[in-house]
Amino acid sequence: MSGSSPDTFAAIAGLVKARAGIVLTPDKGYMLDTRLAAILRRGNFASLAALAQALRDPRGEPLVRDVVEALTTNESSFFRDGKPFEHVKRILPALHAARPAGARLRIWSAACSTGQEAYSLALLLADQLPALAGRQVDILGTDLSREVVERAREGVFSQFEVQRGLPVQMLVKHFIQEGGKWRIKPALRAMCRFEERNLLGEHRGLGGFDLIFCRNVLIYFDTPTKAKVLAALAAQLAPDGALYLGGAETVLGLTDRLVPLPGERGVYGPAPALARSA
Amino acid sequence: MRRSALVVDDSRVVRKAARRMLEGFGFSVREAEDGEQALIACRAEALPNVVLLDWNMPVMDGITFLRAARAEFGADRPPIVLCTTESEFSRIVEALQAGAQEYIMKPFDATILGGKLAQIGLLDAAEVPA
Ligand SMILES: C[S@@+](CC[C@H](N)C(=O)[O-])C[C@H]1O[C@@H](n2cnc3c(N)ncnc32)[C@H](O)[C@@H]1O
Repeated sequence: MSGSSPDTFAAIAGLVKARAGIVLTPDKGYMLDTRLAAILRRGNFASLAALAQALRDPRGEPLVRDVVEALTTNESSFFRDGKPFEHVKRILPALHAARPAGARLRIWSAACSTGQEAYSLALLLADQLPALAGRQVDILGTDLSREVVERAREGVFSQFEVQRGLPVQMLVKHFIQEGGKWRIKPALRAMCRFEERNLLGEHRGLGGFDLIFCRNVLIYFDTPTKAKVLAALAAQLAPDGALYLGGAETVLGLTDRLVPLPGERGVYGPAPALARSA
Repeated sequence: MRRSALVVDDSRVVRKAARRMLEGFGFSVREAEDGEQALIACRAEALPNVVLLDWNMPVMDGITFLRAARAEFGADRPPIVLCTTESEFSRIVEALQAGAQEYIMKPFDATILGGKLAQIGLLDAAEVPA
């Protein structure tokens, strides 16, 4: 039984859509009850309706943030889906060869959640790409949610998290055990930078990237939002770079600025300029 | 050919849970209650494709079995995945040095087990539940 009336649901869902692009369909009404329970308790709100009322108050900005963040899904794991990282291993030597000496390779984990994706890339670079020795690689992780960005910066993972996708040899080589938790070693931590960033915003200030990971976040957006975000990502991608999407995501029918890389699943490159209609 | 697993654990509950997960991944499963039984099982039939191995057991513990198996059957045959409440860094390193392929710190679930099996090439990553 959901504790939100249709009006309350519409108000909160509308807010989340406007702020994060995330579409909550009415069958997800239970999410309001489960995900917002802590906020109700903390703020002493009698009901979701009372919370929705408070969210209308222009001074309620911190509360709006909290609600939007609580309704994001932050599931992630190391080397998620495996295959994209195999592709990274294959493409990075080519990018390395194509760049002038001294230029940095730049990788963006857009919607990085708690950092496993960014750190997987750092682990891969450290262990498996000695061919890149001497080439500086910067990994930027960004996410809308302040809470997950803070956790990503910490670089500390639970026993459960380090057992999802991470080979044990990498665990003992690159993490330090602290009580029941595992902290990524400073050398790998130093390869990654994390900041808050909304995908719906403007990204030109970030500069260009050789590789962009944007996985398992477009699934929450509606079609126009997906199209807009993909076009914005394409604008930051190097002509010989690659964009990685999640298993249930595609560019097809959403943008003509990106095309699937032949023979790969979920990997896209910028469309040749001539093929673009806009 | 159906892949086979040998589950070595003195807890019937753990063996049962592991069996259910492994069968879910399409493995045929044999069970042993300690290292000695496990050695006998390994000698009796074809080596399993993977051994899921507890550490603390009566009669013969996991690390003793691991060393014996490496001496008797080979450096990476059969593949052995420790599956234990021992979660100290030094223990994990000890098991790896003794020739374990992977290491699971209990408690675990099908995602963790499946991921580890994928890690050692016995399962496709796509078969692992998210
Ligand atoms: C399911 S996680 C995916 C994490 C990682 N990319 C992966 O595939 O494992 C989705 C992340 O997208 C973030 N997110 C949702 N809407 C966003 C937006 N508009 N801008 C930036 N991040 C957003 C959420 O906070 C969440 O951490």
